[in-house]
Parts: sequence; structure tokens; C-alpha cells
Amino acid sequence: MTGEVIVNILTILFISLGVIFSLVTALGLVRLPDIYTRSHASSKSATLGVLGVLAGVFIYFWLAEGHFNSRLILAIVFLFITSPLSGHLIGRAAYVSGVQPAKETAHDDLKQVIAEKKRNM
Amino acid sequence: MIIFFWISLILVSLSVVGLLIRLIKGPTVPDRVVALDAIGISLISIVALLSLIFETEFFLEIILLMSILAFIGTAAFAKFLERGEVFDRRSDR
Repeated sequence: MTGEVIVNILTILFISLGVIFSLVTALGLVRLPDIYTRSHASSKSATLGVLGVLAGVFIYFWLAEGHFNSRLILAIVFLFITSPLSGHLIGRAAYVSGVQPAKETAHDDLKQVIAEKKRNM
Repeated sequence: MIIFFWISLILVSLSVVGLLIRLIKGPTVPDRVVALDAIGISLISIVALLSLIFETEFFLEIILLMSILAFIGTAAFAKFLERGEVFDRRSDR
């Protein structure tokens, strides 16, 4: 097994993982019932999908073409930090602006916390 | 190998089409913001795959720029939805 084959296998593995997670993100956003579950699907699997694709591109450029690209590592770290953070921000903004959860929701912890905080103010 | 890259590009574009359905249909504004954020992140994947197809490294700086812009846009939307304004001086929450 030559080196080129190993590089191709690694690239295909990472990019396929990323593409599968991107498709799962689209499926989750189309199928899930309310904003909170949709934000859950978007923030987790979209992050993992783009990390997989970027890792595959990084490995291909590094091992097949010989360019070690530090900007891609920077982008991977930045996306890994900020993408779940934006999911959290938009979920909290949705709750504060009064979007109702789906009917299947079993338990709502944030309701008690916000009511208690309003009473203490 | 180039065929694999094209197939990946087509599949990621299909997922963008699915997100566009949610962006148009979404019943509330936060739904649309979530879909827009996911579209921005998928566009990063598309740019990365395009740079593999064209065999150039010049697109990779766009990736960093687009990730920063997607995060700032979503944070501004979230703050606007939560308080009704983007810039304010209160710091109680």
C-alpha cells in the first residue's frame, strides 16, 4: 500500500463523515418539531459536519500536495468554539422572546428559574 | 478522487436546499436565524470542497472570514431578538 492510497483513504473518510453530518443537519432542521430541537440539531451536527470536511481538506493539502495550511487549523478551532455558542445564544433569545416549545415537551426547567428571578427583582 | 469531491459538493448543496426550505417555511424568526446560521456553516464546507476541486489554496482565507461573519451575524440577531436592540448599555443580564 503506497502513501498516496493511505492519504486518499483518510481524505475520503473525513469528508464522507462531514458530508453525512451535513445531510443529517438538513434532515433535522426539516423534520424536528420546534425551535429548541432544531437548534440542537443545527448546533451539534452542523459543527461536526464542517469540522469533518475541513479536516479532510487539511489532510489532503498537507499530505498530498505538501502545503501545511495553518489557516485551516485556525478555522477548525474557531468553528469548534463559536458554532455551539451561537446555538446556545439563539435558543436563549427564542425562549426570552416567547417562542412556545412543542406539545411533546415533558419538562421545562427554565420557566421556574425565570419566574423566580423576576420575583426577586 | 475528483469525482468523489464533486459528489460531496452535490450532497452538501442538497443539504443547503433542505435548510432553505426551513428558511422560507419557518414559523418563527428564531427558526429562520437557525437555518441561516446552518446555511453559513454549510457554505464553509462548500468553499473548502471547491478549493479541493480547483486545486488552489486562495479560497481557504475565505473560510476563516465566513466563519467569523456567520458567528457575528447570529450573535447580533440573538441579541436583537432578546432585547429589541443590538447595541445598548445595560449589563444586567
